[in-house]
Amino acid sequence: MKNVLFLCLGVYFGIVLVKSEVISWFRIQEMFRFQSIHMYGIMGVAVAIGTLSVFLIKRLNIKSVDNEAINLTGKPFTKGNIFGGILFGFGWALTGACPGPLYALLGSGYLIFILVLLSAICGAYVYGVVRDKLPH
Amino acid sequence: MRHLCAALVAGKVEYFNYDWKKESWSLFLTAGVIIGGLIAGTLMANPHDIAISGATKADLIKLGVTSFSSYVPKDLFAWDKLMTLRGFFFMIVGGFLTGFGTRYANGCTSGHAIMGMSLLNPGSLIATVSFFIGGLVMTWLIFPLIF
Repeated sequence: MKNVLFLCLGVYFGIVLVKSEVISWFRIQEMFRFQSIHMYGIMGVAVAIGTLSVFLIKRLNIKSVDNEAINLTGKPFTKGNIFGGILFGFGWALTGACPGPLYALLGSGYLIFILVLLSAICGAYVYGVVRDKLPH
Repeated sequence: MRHLCAALVAGKVEYFNYDWKKESWSLFLTAGVIIGGLIAGTLMANPHDIAISGATKADLIKLGVTSFSSYVPKDLFAWDKLMTLRGFFFMIVGGFLTGFGTRYANGCTSGHAIMGMSLLNPGSLIATVSFFIGGLVMTWLIFPLIF
């Protein structure tokens, strides 16, 4: 039952990703060239709603679907935020997609993105293998 | 909820030595995103080209992009481009860096830029700035070399 809920949320998120055009390589290029407010508007609104949601969760003491307290501590800072962040930025500009949109692109018929997705999974796997040797 | 990306990719890699079944919710979410993409791409399909800014289009034409009719340029993302150096770079190297970088940075656009900033988490702000540094360097400095 709970999984059906997650599935529905995923469907909703997928539709939003496609219809807002954030999965478009062209929109990402526009963003990195500062030639349109499109992506900044979407992310700005998302952060505003996120902040409001965090406020409400704290204020009303809202519980998760498992009836547990929702973890609202941010991820701890590591050097990986910088090094990994820059590498991710390279990939983001090249593919025009981050992990969520990769799945949405696949679903909306851009089957070629199975290659990008497999390569991304491969990248995540390699990170797991070499992580002890990387600065964090 | 927006820790999506992090969970999405990690969930696939079971060697990560944790009980991935506990994280199975993320696989349902992932499946949902694919179905959502399918619904949006068929039932709700947009018959027009994406209305990108004229300046971006002009810049991309200068770089050699000729196809503007779908969500992604067919000059770069197509099966017959896989064996070209450019296609390999954009699809395979790009995908690898996306996956590797997401894990190394412990999150992506949704996890850090949206959720992290909603929490006013300093590490997430630094990560978001780093995403942009990477993206800007790639777009402005490396694109002219690889196109």
